[in-house]
This record gives sequence, structure tokens and C-alpha cells, in this order.
Amino acid sequence: MDFDFSEEQGLLRDSVTRALADAYPSLERRQARIAASLGFPEEGWRSLAELGLLGLPFAEDDGGFGGGPVETMIVMEAIGRTLAVEPYLASAVLGGTALRLGADATQRARFLPGVIDGSLRLTLAQTERQSRYDLHDVATTARRDGDGYLLDGQKCVVLNADAAGLLVVSARSAGERRDPHGIGLFLVPADAAGLSIQPYPTQDGGRAAEVSLSGVRIGADAVLGDPQNGLPLLARTVEHGIAALAAEAVGSMEALHALTVEYLKTRKQFGVPVGSFQALQHRAVDMMIALEQARSMALYAAMMVEAPDAAERAAALAAVKVQVNKACRLVGQEAVQLHGGIGMTLEYIGAHHFKRLAMIEYQFGDTPHHLRRVAEDGGLIAA
Amino acid sequence: MDLRFTPEEVAFRDAVRSFCRSEIPAEIRRKVSEGRGLTKDDIVASQRILNAKGWAVPHWPRAWGGQDWTPIQRYIYTEELLQAAVPLPQQFNCYMFGPVLATFGSEVQKERFLRRAANLDDWWCQGFSEPGAGSDLASLKTRAVRDGDHYVVDGQKTWTTLGQHADWIFCLVRTDPEAKKQRGISFLLIDMTSPGITVRPILTLEGRHEVNEVFFDSVRVPVENLVGEENRGWDYAKFLLANERTGIARIGLTKERITRIKRLAKEMPAGDGTMWDDPAFRTRVAEVEIELKALEITQMRVAARQGRADSVQPDPASSLLKIRGSQLQQAATELLVELAGPFALAAPERGAGANDPPGGFDWVDAAAPSYFNNRKVSIYGGSNEIQHNVIAKGVLGL
Ligand SMILES: Cc1cc2nc3c(=O)[nH]c(=O)nc-3n(C[C@H](O)[C@H](O)[C@H](O)COP(=O)(O)OP(=O)(O)OC[C@H]3O[C@@H](n4cnc5c(N)ncnc54)[C@H](O)[C@@H]3O)c2cc1C
Repeated sequence: MDFDFSEEQGLLRDSVTRALADAYPSLERRQARIAASLGFPEEGWRSLAELGLLGLPFAEDDGGFGGGPVETMIVMEAIGRTLAVEPYLASAVLGGTALRLGADATQRARFLPGVIDGSLRLTLAQTERQSRYDLHDVATTARRDGDGYLLDGQKCVVLNADAAGLLVVSARSAGERRDPHGIGLFLVPADAAGLSIQPYPTQDGGRAAEVSLSGVRIGADAVLGDPQNGLPLLARTVEHGIAALAAEAVGSMEALHALTVEYLKTRKQFGVPVGSFQALQHRAVDMMIALEQARSMALYAAMMVEAPDAAERAAALAAVKVQVNKACRLVGQEAVQLHGGIGMTLEYIGAHHFKRLAMIEYQFGDTPHHLRRVAEDGGLIAA
Repeated sequence: MDLRFTPEEVAFRDAVRSFCRSEIPAEIRRKVSEGRGLTKDDIVASQRILNAKGWAVPHWPRAWGGQDWTPIQRYIYTEELLQAAVPLPQQFNCYMFGPVLATFGSEVQKERFLRRAANLDDWWCQGFSEPGAGSDLASLKTRAVRDGDHYVVDGQKTWTTLGQHADWIFCLVRTDPEAKKQRGISFLLIDMTSPGITVRPILTLEGRHEVNEVFFDSVRVPVENLVGEENRGWDYAKFLLANERTGIARIGLTKERITRIKRLAKEMPAGDGTMWDDPAFRTRVAEVEIELKALEITQMRVAARQGRADSVQPDPASSLLKIRGSQLQQAATELLVELAGPFALAAPERGAGANDPPGGFDWVDAAAPSYFNNRKVSIYGGSNEIQHNVIAKGVLGL
């Protein structure tokens, strides 16, 4: 067992941390970046490409850098720490995983160079009005049309859709709405006829969109993997999303906990630092315990997300999300409370960590959803 | 012993209930229910309807518009307003300034201010907290120095709720810098249009303009605007804070939220049915309801006791109500966000051309802001940590 980063991983962490700390030195600068038309500056995206982060998860044969889940974890932690808003999760992690695991040689050759050099951004269009967190609940249809497909349906809260050149869309080519079979993943260019994107800001400084597909025609070359049996690929994509979110949450909680401890040391009331009150000391310690438990689960996620056994992998990632969600809530709420009024203001970076952590809870499954999955699976320990 | 309302109390409840629902504009109640911000006009309109009925300030002395209700009636009244999503009478006017002035003010001051406060002709805000004086309020530094017929006020207040609407601010100011902290404080009424006052907005984390910083730069305040005696302001403030804390449990508010959550859950698809078909979700709602039922009875126990006590001293139980009441208000907003689920991510200021709300649910974008904003209820009015200290010291003798 070895929890240490390799030398390359250490270098990666240093360079990402430095680059993002430079790009996000203050809340004002973050707000300025968010004010760009896509919700992040193009040069921010380009600099991620220049750092090699966009090619990180892809094989060297595909022009990538052959990184794995640990490398993604390192990047996402830095993103969480700085509350960076570049669409790394949507594009590199979600879209990237779908392509990495699902694309055939032609599709790789066609799309990956752009993904890696930053000229093509991706996103995953999966959630529907009725689906909540169930990946197999798909009402959007993919009807055969010649050798291609016609897509019809509505996708909700699609992350950074307005910045994406290519959308990975889950749609049903066969079966009933909640049938695990009959789901495919389809590559839809953002400028496809019949595709409409209604973007909006999200509660945490990011962006998302409602996406509607009305008779969107795509060719046979736009099918990612098996059009009838794409659920496993979708599930794996979302598992990578959960692992990435876990790391992002750890980065954000780490920053927020540090801010809180610092504040307890400096804020004086009744002639003493409020951190001298044991009632508050214990709360800061409980936050730390939650953070460390979440950190362990983020590592567990990185370890398990490529595990070969699908059932074992699914249970592990569900467990990760439960633990991380709980930590997000505790650390976020306690940080605001221990800051008093300051924690309630938009001018304070801590409040933005709180909001991001609150939203992570509801991305790719909230606590009850994943708790139920773990329980229905019989738990993690053999009976 | 009988935990049920008497027939008279039931009749009273029904009267308040039907008045709230028939007389207060539905549009205002909808905004309250959905947790969307009210305009100043909304709040004024609603309060004037109540005031015309004699119900804006029922707890004030009869001479100034009060109603001689029993504490149970007052409880019923507040809870019915909250359950009907009627904005409570403007709290600074009705629950803080009014009672203080009615108890400690001069006759001239009462004549001048009270009726206008009840009708919200003047909007009052509360200038207590300062950057350096939050939980430790008595360490406040804003100074008022006597200069002939005036005080000259210098300093800064902060977290001033809805100060942007205010005509007047009641302030705690230091008039004797030599005295022990609590001793040198006075209670001063300051016209917000006075030269030397600057109001700067602070946006709360969900992005609304709800609080402000108020700066005083050599603001001249007539001596006649002092309430009670000089250097006795701390006593009046303690009286006021006790008033602020009673009814702070906001049981009716949480009930209203739970009712709404149940209604929305029945319309929120999940699996083959709706969220309301999910026993796990219903269990979590039930947990909040049970805790709320207990608190409701606790609240009535406190109210009944107040009916007997003739002292103006706060009941330490009000701290208990504040702690658990605020937690339950927050728990309800957490359930609302859970219900909104993946759609909670969408922010309210959707771009132009975005005519469809996320998923077609027109309420989901207000769920997270309401959750965010409600973090305040365990911070203001004496934080929950301070309330714990009050009970530990005052009740347990620790
Ligand atoms: C939305 C909002 C609206 C407000 N409106 C008004 C208003 O209209 N007028 C007004 O005057 N004020 C208002 N306030 C101010 C409010 O009363 C203060 O925020 C509150 O008293 C806490 O003070 P603080 O923010 O300075 O926190 P601090 O006092 O600095 O507290 C920081 C942390 O330390 C804890 N703490 C402090 N002392 C102790 C102790 N002895 N033991 C254990 N823990 C302790 C606190 O509970 C908190 O967790 C408002 C605040 C908010 C957030």
C-alpha cells in the first residue's frame, strides 16, 4: 500500500496548484472570470490545454499524456481549492471519459486532437425532467433513420452546454422509459439542426443549460459504442464524474476549513479570539474529521473507478458520494455558522465554497439516492 | 390540563385564518411561500391591511393600537399569519422599536412615532451590530458626543437589515466611554436623511440586497431623540432582544414550508411515481414534522407561562425555542433543495430567451437561494451558540 504521489504526480500537483492560484488570486478575479460570456475566459481554457491538463486522461497513442484517476483527482482538488469555473468536469472528465471509453478508432482520430488541444469542448447531456439521478431513466428517443438516427427529447441542467462543441447525449433506441436496455450514447455537434440550448448561470458560479432536441439527425458515425447497450458506458462516465466531484469537494472543503480555522484565530469577541471557546474548537475539529473522511473516500474513488468488476465499482462510487455529500453539508454549514454574519455575504470567498459544496451534493446523486444503492446492494461488508 | 384550544381560541384562529387568506393579496403570499424577495411596497401594503384591522401591533399597549390578547391568542395570530404566508408585520417597527418606545419613551415621542410605526408610515431599522461588536454587542464603539441640543454621532453599524428602505434607525451608541461597557450605552433615534449618513449595501450569499453597512460621519441628532435616560440604553436593548426572541421559533413558517414541500413532492416525478411515493423521502419529512410538533407544544407551554408571569424578564426557554426553531426552519429548506434535486443547480437570473424553467419546474431555482439565505436564522438575533450559553448559564447554572 502506498498513498504517496509519484514524482510526476507531485510535479503535476505543483504546477496545477500554482497555475490556478495565479488565475484565481481573489474573489474579485473569480467574479471577473465568471463574467465572460461563456462563464469562464477562453484564455483560461487555453492555459489548461497548455499545461497539458486537457490531454491528461487520454492514452499517449491518442495524443494524450496517459494519466489516470489519480491525475484527475489532483487537478480536481486544485479546481475545488480555487473554485475555478473552467468546464473541466463537463468537458475533460465527463465528455472525455465517454470518448475515452466509448469511441472507436475513427471517432478518436476525429475528435480527440481537438479535445486535447482545447479547440473542442464536450459535455454530457443526460438528466431529464423525470429521471432525477437514475441513469437508466431515459425518455429521449433515438429513432433509426437510414443508417443514422433522429433524436428527440429534452435534457436538463446540462453542464456548460453553451461552451461545448460536441454533446454526448443519452437517448433510447429501444425499450420502455426505465428499461436498462435500449439506451445509447450519441455525439451531437452543438450546431446540429434541431438542437437548441438555453443556458443559464448555476447557483455556484458555473453554467448549465436546458437542451432540447427536435428531430436532430445524426449519422452512424455519431454513435458512441453500442446504441442498444450504452448504459454501462454512461454509468462508467458518471462514476468518473463522481470521483472527480469527490476530489473537487475535498479541495474546496480543505480551503474552507482553513479559512474557518484562520477566522477563529483572528476574530475577537468578548476580548478573546472566538477560537478560544471550546464549543467552537470542537466544531472545527468535527469539520476536520469530516474532511479527512472525505479525503479518504476521494482516494478510494480514484482507486476503484477503474476496477474491472462493475458491481463492486458501482457500490464503491455510491459509497464515496454518500460520504462526500455528508461532509460537504457539514463542513459548508459549519463554516458559515462559525464565521457569523461574514459567512453570509457574497463578498466573502467562504460563502462561495459553501454554495459550491452545497451543489456538489446534488450532482450525480444526492445522499439518499446513493445510500439506497449501497443498501440495496447489501452494503460494503460481506454478510 | 388540556392541550386543546378552547372554543373561543378556535373561533379566534378561524377568524385570523380566513382574514389572512381573503384580505392579503395572493401575489404577496405566493412570493413569501416561494421564498422570493418582497418589495418594500409588498411589505407596506400587507402591513397596512393588517393595521386597518387593528392587527399590525396586537402586542402593543392598548392605547397605541394593541389588543389585550392572551399570549395564546398572540401565538395563534402569529402562527396563522406564517401558515398563510402573510409577511409578519415589519419586525423592527412592530417587535423592537414599538415595544421599547411604548415602555421607555416619552409621551411626546410616543405621539410622534408610534402610530406611524404601526402603519409603516415610517420604516425603522435596527442599528445595533458593528464590525467589531456582534455577539459581544456591548463592546460597540459608535460614539455620540453631546454638543448643545444635539448629539454628534460618529461610527459604523453593520448588518442593518433593509436599511435601504429605512426612514429611521434606532441605534445603540456609546455616550460614556469611561463607564464599564454596558453602562455607557444610550438608545438613540436617528433620521436616515440626516447629513453624514451613508448606506452601503451588503449582498447576502444568495445575491440579494437584504443587509447594509451604515456609516455615521458627524451626524447631528437632536437630544429629544434620546429614548429614556442617557447611559441606560443597554437595559432597553435587553428588553428589545427578549421581545425579538419570543416567537422566533416560527413554527407556522416551517409548517407552511412542509405543507408546500408535500404539495410539490406530489408533482415531482421520481422513478415510476413521484417523490411523495418514496417512503424514504416521506420519512425524512415526517422526522421534521415530529420535531416540529414537539416544539409547537413547547412553544405553547412557554406562551401559557408568559400569561401568568408579570415580569418583563425574558423566559430562558425562549433560547430553546430559538435554537430548535431555527434548526427546523433550516431543515425544511434542506428538504426543499433535496426535492428540487438535480434542478436545484439552476440559478434564478436565467438568461433572456430561456423561457422554460429548468425541467419545467417553476419553483426549483428558488430552492437553493432559500436554503442559503436561511443559514442566517442560526446567526442573527443572538447566534445559536450564544443561546446555548444563555441556557447553560441561566438555566443550568454552569
Ligand atoms: C442576515 C443578517 C441580518 C442581520 N440583521 C441585523 C440588523 O438588522 N441589525 C443588527 O444590529 N444586526 C443584525 N445582524 C447581526 C447579527 O445580530 C450578528 O451577526 C450576530 O450577533 C453575530 O455576530 P457576528 O456576525 O459578529 O459574529 P461573531 O460574534 O463574530 O461570531 C462568530 C462565531 O463565534 C460564535 N461565538 C461568539 N461568541 C461566542 C461565545 N461566547 N461562545 C461560543 N461561541 C461564540 C458565534 O456564535 C459565531 O459562530 C444580522 C445578521 C445577519 C447575518
